[in-house]
Amino acid sequence: MDAGKFIAIIISTVFINNFILSQFLGLCSFIGVSKETKPAVSMGLAVTFVTTMSSLITWLVYRWLLFPFGITYLRTISFILIIASFVQLVEMVIRKLFPHLYRAFGIYLPLITVNCAVLGVAVLNSQDFFVNGQPVAGSFWLSLAQGFFAGIGYLLAMLLMSGIRERLELIDPPKSLSGVPLAFIIASLMSLAFMGFSGFKF
Amino acid sequence: MKRLIKEFTKGIIVENPTFGLVLGLCPTLAISISVRNALGMGLAATFVLVCSNVIISLVRKVIPDQIRIPCFIVIIATFVTIVEMLMKAYFPALNVSLGIFVPLIVVNCIVLGRAEAFACKSPVLPSLFDGLGMGIGFTLALVIIASIREVLGAGKFLGFHLIKGFEPIRVMVLAPGALLTLGLLIGLVNYWHIRKKTNKEIKKAGCDGCR
Amino acid sequence: MEDKLYVGVSPHIHSRESVSRVMWAVCVALIPSGLAGVFIFGLPALKVTLISIVSCVFTEALIQKSRGKKITAGDGSAVLTGILLAYNLSSSVPFWIPLIGGVFAIAVCKQAFGGLGANIFNPALAARAFLLASWPKQMTGFVKPFSLDAISSATPLAVLKEQSAKSLSDLGLSYWDLFFGRRGGCLGEVCVIALLLGAVYLLWKGYIWPQAPVGLILSLGFLSWVFSPRGFFKGDFLFSILSGGLILGAFFMATDYVTTPLTKKGQLVFGLGCGLIAFVIRRFGGYPEGVSYSILMMNAAVPLIDRWVRPKRYGNKVES
Repeated sequence: MDAGKFIAIIISTVFINNFILSQFLGLCSFIGVSKETKPAVSMGLAVTFVTTMSSLITWLVYRWLLFPFGITYLRTISFILIIASFVQLVEMVIRKLFPHLYRAFGIYLPLITVNCAVLGVAVLNSQDFFVNGQPVAGSFWLSLAQGFFAGIGYLLAMLLMSGIRERLELIDPPKSLSGVPLAFIIASLMSLAFMGFSGFKF
Repeated sequence: MKRLIKEFTKGIIVENPTFGLVLGLCPTLAISISVRNALGMGLAATFVLVCSNVIISLVRKVIPDQIRIPCFIVIIATFVTIVEMLMKAYFPALNVSLGIFVPLIVVNCIVLGRAEAFACKSPVLPSLFDGLGMGIGFTLALVIIASIREVLGAGKFLGFHLIKGFEPIRVMVLAPGALLTLGLLIGLVNYWHIRKKTNKEIKKAGCDGCR
Repeated sequence: MEDKLYVGVSPHIHSRESVSRVMWAVCVALIPSGLAGVFIFGLPALKVTLISIVSCVFTEALIQKSRGKKITAGDGSAVLTGILLAYNLSSSVPFWIPLIGGVFAIAVCKQAFGGLGANIFNPALAARAFLLASWPKQMTGFVKPFSLDAISSATPLAVLKEQSAKSLSDLGLSYWDLFFGRRGGCLGEVCVIALLLGAVYLLWKGYIWPQAPVGLILSLGFLSWVFSPRGFFKGDFLFSILSGGLILGAFFMATDYVTTPLTKKGQLVFGLGCGLIAFVIRRFGGYPEGVSYSILMMNAAVPLIDRWVRPKRYGNKVES
């Protein structure tokens, strides 16, 4: 396990293979919640938390439950159940213990269950860091890093997009393009800009 | 019968999941690199939609209201797993090119959306036709986007070369092209709606003026 | 008579400055570099520039007409976009590259947002990124300077990146060659002295501020000097500044009125950010040159920068 691999994962998941701008995971919430900065950042933080934690749990389940019993074909069904129940649990805990936090993040949590970014990270982890049924060296930490930085990449895209869309409130685009279509065009141009990072080598 | 036809056709045009409701975007964009992928993805999603709609509609009176979403997810995930295994067995090449977006049908908002908005409140037959219509509408939208991207971005259609000497716009098969195509297509649909609306208003005003 | 009864709103004393005037001034400031490009690369450079300008102006007029708006294609901003786009292209590109680039720049990057003043990304740079991603082969074929029979050559940055030459002298080039533009590259970026001439004119007229360009140039040069592939503090400061599209990007695109921050402090932040990203792309990325991508990426962050460096209202506690 070396540091270079981690740096590669960080740069790759945040910039090159940004979950939203190049892998198209979590687009619905990206378009839906990015109209203002504050909710966008809250959503980004909530997603980061959930991707990290669900990477951790799904890795453990995949490694110690699905593999030993030879039931990896239950991957999809078990991952989505884990994520759904985890999100539910977090929602209940936060509501009980941190009502202040709940008011800020609460309404985004149910949305996260069906956010493809969360399930996507779990499935990607189980593909990337397991070779022929055996976990690669440091696979646990790599999964954790991929989960966390995928969330950070999501947060970054959310932050930039919400800033731009707040500014768009002041302008007068063609009527048929205003709203969702323009958001896609902006995302497209952002994705073009992020292509500058492609072909990274260390 | 009339109702069934209505449930069937609404998903294709008026409430088209991609252009009308703007749902299920992630696979729409990621998969639409080629028409072949789009057809595969569309049919897989249609299968899941129809089956889950039917089952959910059958058990809708048994499921307690509080835990309905987890129940839906389990039902949907079951069918997704079936699709996954079938695809692995019979279409391994397609399975590889669709990648993680096959398991991700579980979180496709269209499937859960139809379960929540339609199947859990309606009898079996309308649910079946609703699922079929939505699925075909989704497939249609995917194929349209994929055709545009494949023709412009690779100069091919279903893998066949089209025009000699045409330098394909490679960016169209990359991420920015996908976002751009979808944005412009939704814009086009909006434009169409706005024009239709204003035409109607003008007509109305005209008639009022005559009176 | 009717004119006399019209009550004008303040301000009643006008300065002669207007958006259009500034745009044309920037166009004028870009002329020396264009002339140098034609001198170095021959008439194809002129052809590319003209096609690009015509494409931009025509697209702008067409869209404004179809939207039923006042046609302002002659206000200089479309011409400026056309010039900047052409200056970011190699002189050997086929005619349809500047044509499509111009349409993309104006239709998608500018008019889709609502026209002048509304766009988030620099249209010329976004169009260049679009073209580079679509037709990499045509976009990276550069012509050797002063050889009209189109011998292709790589840019100095690309050669150094591929490690086929260790230093500038291995390429048979001196700093003066870079300064006067005797090197392969995009048609408007090679002649540094001509670009500086235009930049000095704009600075002297007060049309651009030095914060963004200086921040960009110094941070990129400094980072290239410190973190060079040969070890710490062994980089080539002058080479990193004079090569690539840095001078063109710094003075003419990182200073665009629409797509950069409003305040001087914001522009400095913008420039420093561009420098950092451009350095990372040059040093580690797949492309030899990263200035244009860095400006595009920072364009996306401009609304946030503007918010963070917003001047405080006097006497008020600023809410976060």
